[in-house]
Amino acid sequence: MAELLTKLPRRRAVILAPLLAIGLAATACSAPGADRSSTAGPDAAVKTDLGTAPIKLEMYAETGFPLAKALADEFSKQYPNVTFAIREDQFTVIVENAPRVMASDNAPDIIRLPTMVDLVKDDLLKNLDPYVTAYGWDKFPASQLVQLRVGENTRGTGSLYGMGLGYSVTGVFYNKKLASQVGMTQPPATVAEFEQLLAKAKTGGVQPIMQFNKNTAGINFPHQALQNQFGDPAQVADWIFQKPGATFDTPAALKATQSIQKWAQAGYFPKDANALDYAGMVGQFQKGNGLFMFNGDWESANLDKAMPGNVGFFLFPAETAGGRHVAMSAPNTFGVSAKAKNPDAAAYFLNWVHTDAKAREIAVTVGGSSPGGPSDLPVPAAAPNTVLAETLKAAQQLGAENGAVDFTANATGGIFAAAITPEMQKLVAGQQTPEGYVKAVQAEYAKELSR
Amino acid sequence: MTSALGSAPTGQDHRARPIPTRAHRRRWARAAGTGWLYVLPALVMYAVFVLRPLALTVQYSLYDWNGIGVARWAGLDNYVTVFTDSDLLKIISNAIILIVFFSLVPVALGLLVASLVRRITTGAFGTVVRTILFLPQVIPLVAAGIAWSWLLSTNGLVNQVLRALGLGGVARAWLGDFDTALPAVGVIGAWVLLGLCTILLVTGMSKIDPALYEAARLDGAGPVREFLAVTLPSLRQEIGVCLTVTIIAALASFDIVYISTSGGPGLQTTVPGLEIYRLAFSQRQVGLASALAVVLMLLVLAFVLPIQRLTRGEKP
Repeated sequence: MAELLTKLPRRRAVILAPLLAIGLAATACSAPGADRSSTAGPDAAVKTDLGTAPIKLEMYAETGFPLAKALADEFSKQYPNVTFAIREDQFTVIVENAPRVMASDNAPDIIRLPTMVDLVKDDLLKNLDPYVTAYGWDKFPASQLVQLRVGENTRGTGSLYGMGLGYSVTGVFYNKKLASQVGMTQPPATVAEFEQLLAKAKTGGVQPIMQFNKNTAGINFPHQALQNQFGDPAQVADWIFQKPGATFDTPAALKATQSIQKWAQAGYFPKDANALDYAGMVGQFQKGNGLFMFNGDWESANLDKAMPGNVGFFLFPAETAGGRHVAMSAPNTFGVSAKAKNPDAAAYFLNWVHTDAKAREIAVTVGGSSPGGPSDLPVPAAAPNTVLAETLKAAQQLGAENGAVDFTANATGGIFAAAITPEMQKLVAGQQTPEGYVKAVQAEYAKELSR
Repeated sequence: MTSALGSAPTGQDHRARPIPTRAHRRRWARAAGTGWLYVLPALVMYAVFVLRPLALTVQYSLYDWNGIGVARWAGLDNYVTVFTDSDLLKIISNAIILIVFFSLVPVALGLLVASLVRRITTGAFGTVVRTILFLPQVIPLVAAGIAWSWLLSTNGLVNQVLRALGLGGVARAWLGDFDTALPAVGVIGAWVLLGLCTILLVTGMSKIDPALYEAARLDGAGPVREFLAVTLPSLRQEIGVCLTVTIIAALASFDIVYISTSGGPGLQTTVPGLEIYRLAFSQRQVGLASALAVVLMLLVLAFVLPIQRLTRGEKP
């Protein structure tokens, strides 16, 4: 520094010095990031009534997910002293913004959440355990909220940190006209039957699977659908929940990857899958360019509108006939910021979403997904002969068979973008082997957990 | 400083006085102080929005930090990762390959086009030609990216034309194919930057003394010889500017790649700009992202400074 200054003409140095000082002031200080003394740990007293004083709930929700706003509107109608200020962003934007927004002084009361472990580690999420006892959420089916529990650096056990605005289920949508064309009279009962249908479609000149793989790996849907059947789904769940010792490098994952490779080579996926994005996939499927599409019930209402009467849904079949169904199913997770100004009202809202009859109806008709809540409450019916009715039924069946698992893409914050997506794109283009795929995904997982 | 203030020998101006007195020095200081006062607003903006972020980036690059929690001192670990991680090295090499498309192609084609349109640069027709050539530069990169991803899609215009010509076998998802994705992104960049280069070069050519061409022709030079002996040397500075701007565009590319391929398939088109953004905001590795950003800045300087040096000299 001194040497630098002597080399400059003195007067210029005089002026530059404060500028540099401003710059260096930042570096001279301590390490970035605040030292957050832990504020975690459940608060003792919680209020379970809203009172009459005006309350403004800040909500940070997802664009293209109208359910949140619909529920907020109905809530304000029932409780006029509560108003909502809703900010919306694309889900990927929320994922990127959530930590900073929740660390700010204007932390939202209710926020659509990405993966939660990091947020809990940074003390940004409110521990909902006090409300569990206050509202009796412990009487909900345990499997419903298991994905929203976070313990010591793992998910699946520990305290509750979120609730679902609807609980989504995934499976296979099919085009009924094309299905009868290839001779499919009922949903396949085994993986082998499903593969026979794929082969039949291919030889009949029908695109067997319409699946996207651009931006994010849509082919991870069929991949995990297979992986869920080929081994113990608890193994998959352990890996997603970051249980110590869990690995992706399992025979089930390898077998699933080999099947995906086989399907890709056989031309069961679109040739341009790596250049096809989600919206493109849905558009193509609606146009009738594909027999099957792996997707979730959030698309049901949309599909009913676009291809009424021509779309069906089934849970991906087990390896052997009559086997238990296992499918990716996840809450549309919302949490409460640790710095929320109205945490009690936020929790009241979350409880209302699960228990109020009108709210549950909105969850089905607007959100297209199961409302969750205690098992003794009836699930509102969807219009008959819609795919929405089929996905709702599938969600109940999956719940009864206790077959819900989270998405492998949710295992860590970076696993989807950093490993699954690029490696899956390589796999279907013949640039990666199945062995290489499972090893690469596990390597990224280990790298992230070691940080 | 002296040339501006000290050496004018005319009149009673205080600057002409040979021996500085105390009063003179004070007045000088006041004048200089006033000058600095004028630029102070700009300097403050520069310090706050350029110097401070730059310093912070360097600082962050030495830490292991997720952007929220407590940072851990990492020394040069992040830099070691940048230079040893095979994925990150591939990403940097992608940016260097893009220089061919973003920089060399537009400058070479720009020279060709500029030579062709040089004679029609005046009049209404010249304005039309210049406007058309410059248009890609005016279109937002995001819009260009979207338009081109339609053109290059499986059933896009490019493939339709190929099929109509009986070349259906060549048709493919250009942006989704491992072999063609990076060149396809490069073509988009070349299209965007060609206009800028051409306009700069045409302007440069209009400043060349016509007598030089006349002399060359009298000496028996053909069009090629004329180009090599007169046009090219006279355009040294303009070419320097073109190369500088386009190389920075190549190395720091983000918009086009983000929109057209998101870095895929695999890591085929991932560039440092995209990776920095992903590391910082989706993977929350602020330290590594900052280190990559610093390396990217040094890389840009390593390419651009020699070009500046080579092309800045006086015209021969």
